[in-house]
Amino acid sequence: MKKKLIALMMCLAMVMMPMLAACGGGNSGDSGDSGDSGDAAMKVGLICLHDENSTYDNNFLASFEESCKKMGVEPVIKKNVPEGQECYDAAGEMVDAGCKLIISDSFGHAGFMLQAAKDNPDVQFVSCTGDNALVAKQDNFHNAFASIYEGRYLAGVAAGMKLNEMIEKGDITAEQAKMGYAGAFTYAEVVSGYTSFYLGAKSVCPSVTMDVTFTGSWYDETAEKEAANKLIQGGCVLISQHADSMGAPTACEEAGVPDVSYNGSTKSAAPNTYIISSRINWSPFYEYAIQAVQNGETMGSDWTGNLETGSVELTELNEDVAAEGTAAKLEEVEAGLKDGSIHVFDTSTFTVDGKNLDSYKADVEADEAYEHETEVISDGYFHESEYRSAPYFDLQIDGINLLDTNFG
Amino acid sequence: MDKQKKEPLIHITKRKEISKKHEWAIRLGSILIALVVCAIITTITTHLNPISVYATMIDGSFGSERKIWALLKELSILLMVSVALAPAFKMKFWNLGGGGQVMAGVLATATCMITLDEKLSNGMLIFVSLIAALIAGALWAFIPAFCKAKWNTNETLFTLMMNYVATQIVAYYIIIWETPKGSGKIGIINPNTNAGWLPTVAGKQYLLPVLISIAVTIFMYIYLRYSKQGYELSVVGESQNTAKYVGINVGKVIIRTLILCGLICGLTGWLLVAGTDHTMTTTLEAGRGFLGVMVAWLAHFNPLGMVLSGLLMVFMSRGGGEISTAFGLNKSFGDILTGVILFFVIGSEFFINYQVHFRKSHRKEAADV
Repeated sequence: MKKKLIALMMCLAMVMMPMLAACGGGNSGDSGDSGDSGDAAMKVGLICLHDENSTYDNNFLASFEESCKKMGVEPVIKKNVPEGQECYDAAGEMVDAGCKLIISDSFGHAGFMLQAAKDNPDVQFVSCTGDNALVAKQDNFHNAFASIYEGRYLAGVAAGMKLNEMIEKGDITAEQAKMGYAGAFTYAEVVSGYTSFYLGAKSVCPSVTMDVTFTGSWYDETAEKEAANKLIQGGCVLISQHADSMGAPTACEEAGVPDVSYNGSTKSAAPNTYIISSRINWSPFYEYAIQAVQNGETMGSDWTGNLETGSVELTELNEDVAAEGTAAKLEEVEAGLKDGSIHVFDTSTFTVDGKNLDSYKADVEADEAYEHETEVISDGYFHESEYRSAPYFDLQIDGINLLDTNFG
Repeated sequence: MDKQKKEPLIHITKRKEISKKHEWAIRLGSILIALVVCAIITTITTHLNPISVYATMIDGSFGSERKIWALLKELSILLMVSVALAPAFKMKFWNLGGGGQVMAGVLATATCMITLDEKLSNGMLIFVSLIAALIAGALWAFIPAFCKAKWNTNETLFTLMMNYVATQIVAYYIIIWETPKGSGKIGIINPNTNAGWLPTVAGKQYLLPVLISIAVTIFMYIYLRYSKQGYELSVVGESQNTAKYVGINVGKVIIRTLILCGLICGLTGWLLVAGTDHTMTTTLEAGRGFLGVMVAWLAHFNPLGMVLSGLLMVFMSRGGGEISTAFGLNKSFGDILTGVILFFVIGSEFFINYQVHFRKSHRKEAADV
């Protein structure tokens, strides 16, 4: 018995030895948030709803560290922070750690970020994709978004080109040019996204129609995969998605159906079906916000990035899958969007219940009244993301068929 | 050479009794071994120094005043759910519906805060929402208890299903009250007037929930240990026939115990909405109804012991979050460490209840001579 005990102790000692040695090496002090000394770099916090496994959060994370490095500030990142009091606590911990600017990446964080802003007036808070800063009128609380509908429109053009190619080859007839779209929720943000995608495709392939289904979650790999499979079985010949897992791209790869992705390239997972993807590049915003705080300038309460600022981007075009001439066409349309000769929501290109619109009031002020108070159609187009960065296009246009709705 | 009857390598016997000292030695020993296993996993998979990983976990839970308060708040809420479940489980009524009962309280509180905020004074609103939450929680527990007592329905399935019913009703009302329209979220309730929000005690935002949970825990300790009702429910748990024989009305005890359980869960829901989060989401309860079962079971349904087992859970979750922040690790890594530690802690219960005997090696004995 004694021998066994000694043997056990020896084993333990051998396991513990390298750990103790490493500890003696002197890098045990790097944990935790020690108080910031005078000349230490400014700290900037980022609160994420999920982690790198979500394409959405990954899109925030990837450019954040890069931007922080470029601007000479120290990043503090908290991942998997739910949209609840945890967000307020996380923001509080970041304030304690010395952060001067704190950014959150999910819509549902907004209320808790606002609460934290009220309690910490010396720190700037930004709720990305939030829509409540204009109404809240809290000096140190801001919203930011980008006119991603422009990127989706461009991605839609690439999809339309692909459909035309399929029609020309005789794979499908013009009437069979039906796309499928797997969205998360039936919110303005998603409605604006799928409508711009559809209009982009329609601008090159007039006979296109689209089925839309909703998963009821921003991140549910199984549901997104099922949604894509359902659309494919329903006769959709091209798929796009607005949800954050790899569900739809992998379903498309398995079924051999072309996919227009979102948040970043999914070519590595779907080399034979990925066409292109649109994404928001947050770097221009990060750099703008960090610089404003560094210089002690006031930030705008509601920031909207676009193609010009480099906030809206297309990722690599997969030449193996995309139709011929797509790259050139995209360049042409992008130039048109930039110089204002093309508008995504041009009212002459779509109808609602068979009629063209010349007036629409949207709910821009995100208050408790839910009034559709702001006229958003003028000069022949719907002015999306101009009166507020967060999308407010919530019209159901003809040609798009909602298979279901999901408001959460 | 006479054939000896082959003795098995290992055989296990149930321990008759074990001293408290011995019991705790096994528990602490298992945690130590768990820490060593976690250290090995950490070193192999991340090449990080496990000691600094552990230090970071401690820092994540206790590193600053705010972190300690956040830990205490989490512990209080989890503890209340666990304490609420304890009497039911002690009675061998498998109440898996703690989550649903909390959500019933959440819904009642949010309803009062949203619909009555302009009709009542703030004090009155808090009082009314408390009563509503208590009734809602109790009702949610009463329904399965009544069916069990009356028709002997399966309480495990019943309470489990009641969770989904509660969540779906909450989802329905979120759509009705969402701000802004179309967002699918209620956001913070009464953000400007703070109507129906619990007052801050002594300048500490989370002190009130902590105090309430301490009171509830002490109450439950006394109730289970010293009250007649507490004794009755443990008799029902041991054997329903014995209970009937000594004249205990089993149905009454079941219903009474579950109403108590529902009251505490309703109170927890009230604290979540009016006290800490000030919002209503379908995930506000965050799985505590199930986690609470484990906390209660690990502590053998002793409310004071649940403080320790609850602390372990909250510590692991907050510490796990901190290591992912400090070292840029995926949150799953914290979950892996939590899983390993729980495996050993739960495993230690086996060694407390049973003794393992190894076969004596005859060859070695011969060599020793």
